[in-house]
Order: sequence, then structure tokens, then C-alpha cells
Amino acid sequence: MENDKLVLGGHEFNSRFILGSGKYSLKLIEAAVQYAGAEIITCAVRRANTKEHENILDYIPKSATLLPNTSGARNADEAVRIARLARELGCGDFVKIEIMRDSKYLLPDNYETIKATEILAKEGFVVLPYMHADLNVARDLVNAGAAAVMPLAAPIGSNRGLSAKDFIQILIDEIELPIIVDAGIGKPSQACEAMEMGAAAVMANTALATAGDLPRMAAAFKSAIEAGRNAYLSGMGRVLVRGAAASDPLTGFLRD
Amino acid sequence: MNYNDERYFVDSDTLSPEALARKHRIETDPSARSNHMEYMKGMEVIKSDIHDKVMNHVDSVDFSKYTARDVLAALDHHTCTVEDFKALLSPAAAPYLEKMAQRAKLETSKHFGNTVYFFTPLYIANYCENYCVYCGFNCYNKIKRMQLTMEQIEHEMKVIADSGMEEVLILTGESRAKSSVEYIGEACKIAHKYFRMVGVEVYPMNTDEYKYLHECGVDYVTVFQETYDKVRYEQLHLLGHKRIYPYRFDSQERALMGGMRGCGFSALLGLSDFRKDALASALHVFYLQKKYPHAEMSLSCPRLRPIVNNDKINPLDVHEKELCQVLCAYRIFMPFVGITVSSRESKEFRNGIVKIAATKVSAGVSTGVGDHEEKYKKDECKPRTTEENARAAVTGGNAAATESEEAGGDEQFEINDSRSFDTMYKDISGEGLQPVLNDYLYV
Repeated sequence: MENDKLVLGGHEFNSRFILGSGKYSLKLIEAAVQYAGAEIITCAVRRANTKEHENILDYIPKSATLLPNTSGARNADEAVRIARLARELGCGDFVKIEIMRDSKYLLPDNYETIKATEILAKEGFVVLPYMHADLNVARDLVNAGAAAVMPLAAPIGSNRGLSAKDFIQILIDEIELPIIVDAGIGKPSQACEAMEMGAAAVMANTALATAGDLPRMAAAFKSAIEAGRNAYLSGMGRVLVRGAAASDPLTGFLRD
Repeated sequence: MNYNDERYFVDSDTLSPEALARKHRIETDPSARSNHMEYMKGMEVIKSDIHDKVMNHVDSVDFSKYTARDVLAALDHHTCTVEDFKALLSPAAAPYLEKMAQRAKLETSKHFGNTVYFFTPLYIANYCENYCVYCGFNCYNKIKRMQLTMEQIEHEMKVIADSGMEEVLILTGESRAKSSVEYIGEACKIAHKYFRMVGVEVYPMNTDEYKYLHECGVDYVTVFQETYDKVRYEQLHLLGHKRIYPYRFDSQERALMGGMRGCGFSALLGLSDFRKDALASALHVFYLQKKYPHAEMSLSCPRLRPIVNNDKINPLDVHEKELCQVLCAYRIFMPFVGITVSSRESKEFRNGIVKIAATKVSAGVSTGVGDHEEKYKKDECKPRTTEENARAAVTGGNAAATESEEAGGDEQFEINDSRSFDTMYKDISGEGLQPVLNDYLYV
């Protein structure tokens, strides 16, 4: 298992849990790093303070890789500007593209996301685009230079789990890049299920942020993600689609 | 309902007999007042179907028809329909306030986690050309008027920014003559230097004027309709631009057309049927969000407060329980919307409601003009002494306003929660919540 690394744009990570942004607190980040083993922490550039008061950038340990996102962008141009700003702020070359033209559901705009991915990848960013699970879009993102593809599991903050399961599975099966399941993961069992399917990593925030016991929930996610990953790597046993397996082979009549 | 509007009317001893006679005439004789549905010269008319969509519901709603069964069904539904929302606003929902609060809390935590956003309002002028009978700034109210110079504005903003605040809301009274669009724009340019988020709550403008303000750094426009009841609107807004109901109604849409990122809405609860006004406010957001899905919307929920020279003003039948019901219904109906609770409400109410439905609070508030420096030097914002309270009780006025006469212009209304920014920060953190100073980027 030691060689089982998550590789994003040439960077290797041991942990397959990524802390999302949205609901931030010092306790949440501490729990995610210490108990969930998170090595990548998302940070909304829009949430960065310019003054001294508890800047979220100060919460993030130096050992963690910062993943700034472009939350607040309504089109590709705005996402590109926010990504460049993040780089200037010293957030590194990673960027998660989030482009939303909808304040109600916060659903990603796939078309604008492809455009922003292409521009930023050419500028040397490690681009992680947040998107709807659409195979054609995922292929376009690959061609645009994305380092991973991040389909949403369910509406953001909904804790409803793998609502888009079948479509995410298609991406896992067809796309060569890591598929990171983002948004909507509400409990460890759902994270485990995503990993069993072959997802490369899981991103979560609300599920932890709203838990009664943060450290315990963080630890639960760590265990669940590791369990799912191990199950996937072990080669899943058979899963019966319907009915019982015939004890006598159906093809027994065939002669050598 | 008998509204007894007499309680709003206060005569100043400085008015000439002619002016007084005119004031009395427009207060008592509807025929002496202009048509509140007719646009004034220069007011832009936009083509919009939002008003009709909203008012079709409001005009036809009968809150008495909803039963406990409707309320429980609404709480059981995964998403909240307009019909469900009406049930949650109805009197039948009152016994289920705790259940509503539980559901509202769940929705708030799903969308906002445990975060609470902070902002500070800054009044840069209190001149006003309107006669809105319930408002401390109304043109007939004898208060100390003031307008800050650009130097004073910069100084005030620096004081506020130095405290750590990242978001400012710039307010004026509604006087185009005294506080021109350019004056407000210049103030916003200064604000843009000191703050990440600049909002305005000023008189309604045309689309090109909102576009200009956006270029000056503003991204958020708040306009309160006060009441959506056209009859009551006409009886309460007797003079000035604000009297024109439809121009005010379309303000947010013009702001979005002008390029603003978001807008704020509210009725002033207590002016008319609060359930209908709450329904209208929320549907105003609901339908405008459908038309402009990228826009970030927020709702406020002010109740009437006493003003300088008139302590008889109160929120009528909107007690804290009713206010809480409205806020829970807002949250369940529109989980994505920001909800602001102002310093009109008490410390206890604000501490409680941020755990249920509210996501934004003002801190370090002054509704007077130009006295933040004094406020920010203190641990608390002008706490009243016993003597000041006694004086307020005797004069019926606002003791704090008397004090502020030395430093600046009088206040728009009496605030209830006078906590400073630092105290608010500590209190909100102490409640297990996460204060957020910035969640915004001007792009």
C-alpha cells in the first residue's frame, strides 16, 4: 500500500481525502489534517481576509498543499483572474476551478469550466475542474490539460451521497485521469462507496463541518476512504445483479 | 386592522404656519398627495413580469385557510413549495415554531455550516427629501442633518477597516440633491480601497447609475420596499421619490441589469400585514433569482423601531415569536439565501437566531452620521447610562442621539444591540459559530 499514491500534476500524495472549502474553522482544518490525514486543503480565495483577523490562509499548516478554488467566478474570465490572483497571493500552482452561474444550487457550468481549464493549464497551473459527470465534457477537460476531473456526487452541501453514481462510474471507467468525487458526500459510507467504485480521492467539507464530534468524524472518513480504496485495489468480489447463481453451469453442455 | 397612523405624526416647532398646514393636509387628505403609482420624470421604466408574479400570490393568499396538517406536510417535504411556504407563514404554524426552527437550522447548516458573516453600516449623510412617516430621517423630522466630506468618509472608513472589518454597507438618506450619485460613487471608490465588499443602501437609481456605482467598486445593492401593500404604501410614504411604488419595486432588477453581483430585499415588518409582506419579500427574491440565477440574494427582516422625536413607533403585532416564524419560513423556503438580522433586534434575539436561520449580522453599528471613531474607541458602542435612559424615557427621544449631536448627524432609528465589533466577534465565537469577515471577491 505504501506505493499507492494519488498523483496530481506530477505531485504525489499519500492521503485520498481532500478537505473542501465552504465551511471553515480552525477546528475543522485541525481535525481534517490530524485525524483524516488530509494533505490537500481547499481554500476559497474569496474567503481570504486582507486584514489581521483570523485569516483562513493562516489556519492551513505549511505541510499541507493548498488548493485555492475560484468560487465566486461566474464565467471563465473571472475564474482565470481569480486563479492568477491566488498564485500571486502565494497559494502555489494548484487550482480548483469552480464556475457557477447559479446561486441557488451552486451547480458548475461545464462549458465555461472547459474554457478556463484550457487557459490555466497552458499557464502551468495544476488544474482540478469541478464539473457535472458528463463523459464528453470530461474528455474535453482531459484534452484541455486538466490534472484530474472532479464530478459532483450530489448537490453541494446536500449530504445526499452518490446521486450521480452511474455517471461517475462511466468517468472512472473511461477517463485516464484521477476522478475525484466532490460535493454531496454526507457520510463515511458514501465516501467508501465512491472509493470502492475506483474514485481516486474524495473531497468533503459539510459532512465534517456539521458533525457533532469533528475529530471522530474526520477519523471515520479516513478509515472509510482507506477501506474503500483497499477494496477497490483488492479486486472486488462478484456482486450478483439479480437472482441466485446457477450451481450447474449454464454452459455445461458445450463439448471440448 | 386599525393602524392608527396618528402615532407617526410629529410636528416640529420650527415649521412655518404654511409648511405646517401643508404637512397636515398631506397627512390627512389623500387627494393632496401625488399618484404613488405614476413614475416621476427621469425614472427609468423597465419591462418586467416580476411584480405581477409576486403580487398574484400576495393578493390571493388567505392565511387562515392553512391548517396544522398543511404545516406538518410542509415540514415533511424535501423541498419547500410556494404553497408550503404560505403554510409556514400562516397562524397555523405558530404551535410548530420549534419544529420549524429545527428544520431551518438543518437547512442553514447544510448551506452555510456554522458561519456568520459580519458587516458594518456607515451612514455618510442623513439628508432626505421623502416624508416616510415612520422614519427618523423623514424631511419633516427636526434632527441634526449632516453629510460627511470625502476626507471625513476616508477617516471613518479607516477607523472601521482598522478594526478588521472587511465589508461595509454605505447608507445615505434619500436626497438626490444633497447626496448625488457622483457623491455616493466617490465615497464608494474610497470604500473599495479599504474593504473587500462594498454594498450600498441608498435611494433607488436607474440602470446606468447602478452601472456607474458598480464601476466605483459596489457589488451589492439593498433596497427595502418597506411594505408591498400598495394602499398602506401610499398612506405611509407621503412625499418624495420614494412615494413611487413601482420604481422602488424594480430597483433590485435594475441593479442586476447594471452589473451588480447581488441585492438585498426587505419589508419593514409592522407597517402592514406582516405575513403578506413576508410572503411578498420572499417571492420577490424567489422570482428574481429565477430570472437572474447568478445573482446572490439576501433578505433582511427589520421591525419598526422608535425614532428621534417619536418613541410611540413599535412593530405592532410582530413580536419576537412572529419574527422567528418568518425567519424560519424564509430559511426553509430558500435555503440558499443570506438572511441579515440588524441591530434593531436585541443581543439575545440575535445570538439565538444566528443558530437557527440568520447568516449575517451587523456589528459596531451606528445609525447616526460620522461617529464611528468614538464608537470604535470604546469596548461597547455607546452603552446608555442610567441617566441617559431616564432622559430618553422623559423626552421620548433617543438619548444616544442627543449625545451624538455634538459629533455628527442624528440616527435613523434606535438600535437595540449596541455591541462593538470585538464584543460581537467574541460572542458569536462563544456560541460555537464561526465569524466570517470576508466571503467575497470583486472581479
